[in-house]
Amino acid sequence: MRIIVPLKQVPDMNQVKFDVEGGRVDRSSAGVEINPFDLHALEAAIQIKENKGGNVTAISMGPRRAESSLRDALARGADNAVLLEDRKFAGADTLATSYTIAGAIQKLGAFDLIICGEKTVDGDTGQVGPEIAEHLNIPHIAYVSWLEVSGETIVARCEMGGRAYTVESAFPVLLTVTKDVNVPRLPGFRNKITARKAAVEIWGTRELSGFADISRCGVRGSPTRVHRVIIPSEENRKGMIFRNTIDEAIAEIADNLLSRLN
Amino acid sequence: MEDRKRVKRPRGVAQLISGKCIACGARCQSSCPKDAIEMNEKGEPIIIIANCIGCRKCLKVCPVDALEIYLTPEEQKILAELAAQKKVAAVEEAPEVIEEEAALLVKLKEYRGVWVFVEQTAGEPAGVSWELLGVGADLARARKEELCSVVIGDHVEHLCQESFVFGASKAYLIDDPVFRRYLTEPYYKAICYLVRKYKPEIMLVGATGLGRDLAGAVATELQTGLTADCTGLAIDDRGFLLQTRPAFGGNIMATILTEGTRPQMATVRPHVMPLPAKDSSRKGKIVREMVPFQEADIAVKVLEVIDERKAGEVDVAAADIIVSGGRGMRAKENFSLLQELADELGGVVGSSRGAVEAGWMPAERQVGQTGKTVRPKLYIACGISGAIQHLVGMQDSDVIVAINIDKNAPIFEVATYGIVGDVLKIVPSLTQRVKELRAKGVEFMVERH
Ligand SMILES: Cc1cc2nc3c(=O)[nH]c(=O)nc-3n(C[C@H](O)[C@H](O)[C@H](O)COP(=O)(O)OP(=O)(O)OC[C@H]3O[C@@H](n4cnc5c(N)ncnc54)[C@H](O)[C@@H]3O)c2cc1C
Repeated sequence: MRIIVPLKQVPDMNQVKFDVEGGRVDRSSAGVEINPFDLHALEAAIQIKENKGGNVTAISMGPRRAESSLRDALARGADNAVLLEDRKFAGADTLATSYTIAGAIQKLGAFDLIICGEKTVDGDTGQVGPEIAEHLNIPHIAYVSWLEVSGETIVARCEMGGRAYTVESAFPVLLTVTKDVNVPRLPGFRNKITARKAAVEIWGTRELSGFADISRCGVRGSPTRVHRVIIPSEENRKGMIFRNTIDEAIAEIADNLLSRLN
Repeated sequence: MEDRKRVKRPRGVAQLISGKCIACGARCQSSCPKDAIEMNEKGEPIIIIANCIGCRKCLKVCPVDALEIYLTPEEQKILAELAAQKKVAAVEEAPEVIEEEAALLVKLKEYRGVWVFVEQTAGEPAGVSWELLGVGADLARARKEELCSVVIGDHVEHLCQESFVFGASKAYLIDDPVFRRYLTEPYYKAICYLVRKYKPEIMLVGATGLGRDLAGAVATELQTGLTADCTGLAIDDRGFLLQTRPAFGGNIMATILTEGTRPQMATVRPHVMPLPAKDSSRKGKIVREMVPFQEADIAVKVLEVIDERKAGEVDVAAADIIVSGGRGMRAKENFSLLQELADELGGVVGSSRGAVEAGWMPAERQVGQTGKTVRPKLYIACGISGAIQHLVGMQDSDVIVAINIDKNAPIFEVATYGIVGDVLKIVPSLTQRVKELRAKGVEFMVERH
């Protein structure tokens, strides 16, 4: 079974600083990590490999420093890692991102399964997975919380809008998994050491030529454009703060406010 | 010959306006056709003047207008002279750019009208669809075009009429057993078929699990732009859809445009837009279409569907009054204090992620970026610090009451009423007071439309 796991390096959201006056996002202040949802995708892939044999390729698009996340994936059990890095890939929206990743997957050759996290914590769109499937013209199953690979097909449980659908698909197929699907393992110490030395392949526009049309990557390939960015100053409601007069506060809230709700 | 050369309009070179770059991720560099931009380690551009041809592509993609065209004093003089001779306007685009844009405008004009996808499960509509008809009507009015609903399913014709009541004037309907249960492939194929045939300018989809899945597939097939989780939608002076969405957990607001492709697609989360007024007398036109594919071609098969909505399960997003608890509640047992207050008020109990992680509340009660977005009439935050990821999910509530022992807790910055003190003492007193008022005949229950 050949499995591909696309994953994203994201800033640690608790550490990113926002400068309201200057309107700047200071990403350099924050550490980076693998998007937490993608760890579940990686774990699912490794479990299938352990049970059925095969290999797992982790693939990421981003700046050179995203290599560290791919090494992390290797330490957790991926066999190969590819980083898509090129100035022409920058500024991509979800359509251009999924197109570029789909191109790289085609270059990797035949595969059976692609597993993505359901969404990322920074972009939060949940679109890239289903879009990769469309570019590759293969079916996909989203929000998978349980799965079983049996011979020729995969049976998965997908949860959407308060209903659980048990569905079956032949290969190749793409899944996006939720955090309920498994508990990701931590990388072993020994594996960390080997992963540090392992090779991460770096592919740019040259390596993807024949598999992806450069005019459909990066800013050029993105139909959406960021027109304006503002960092909203926190809305100050100029509320009433009660500190020593709690009884008064309760009276005020219960008597005035609550009866006003009608 | 000499003469002609001198008249050539100088284009200048791009330059960074200091302090404006937000390190958006090298959009300018990616847009440059001449490799004239390098990035420094802060993620800001360095212009290689020798390569720059002044094409302005980088200026256009910059989200914060941090780039400008620099002209030497001599070049400015030439421009001024040319302008005086009326040979060229002072600020003029490169000719190839103008041509590109004109051709594009002709193509875009074919697309008209605002469409809203009506999400349904077993014939039961998702409320977000009707909310989208409300904002859709505003957009349609601004564009002077019609508002249409798209209804796909099995035995779903009644939803067309319901969409008219909420403001649509036309409904595109594909009604067939093949759509009995949701699967991406048949649904996205049906929508792409309708879009290619009728060419809408704008298409709105609810940002539910199903909606995100579907919209992503449709946008990819049609190769058009899709903006997820919009909190604001408006039309700009060129008639384009301004799609505003939070990013970085609500710390920044980005306004996104889809300029070169149609339809302009956006998803919006439930309860972000208000429900429009119902008018039962409204009628509309139903346009019926056939299934545009063979059922045998659908790759994924549904084996079983389990309705997991437990009887009486609480949907915090639909409540008018929410009493939410965080880590400051100290223990699972203390949530009964919140339940008592909520019961008195006719509301429900919500929670921060802190309380979910502590195992005190189930995940479906979580409010915030990775939980539900709520906009109730009243939100009472008890022992919740007010992390930005929590605030983005509740700050549009009409009235916010915050109870926290720490006077510096950020939750107080969005609170209408703040009480600094121990939540375990204050909540029971508040409940008591409400009880007394109710005994006097004051009713707090608020009906939702
Ligand atoms: C990617 C990402 C997504 C996230 N999504 C969400 C989300 O959707 N929703 C969400 O809520 N969070 C989310 N978070 C987590 C968020 O950053 C906070 O960690 C979380 O909201 C904190 O929960 P809390 O306020 O209950 O706990 P804390 O931050 O620990 O606050 C507890 C508060 O209780 C007060 N307190 C303590 N004792 C008392 C007392 N006796 N009486 C009164 N007050 C008391 C304290 O002063 C403190 O302010 C997300 C984080 C990340 C990184």
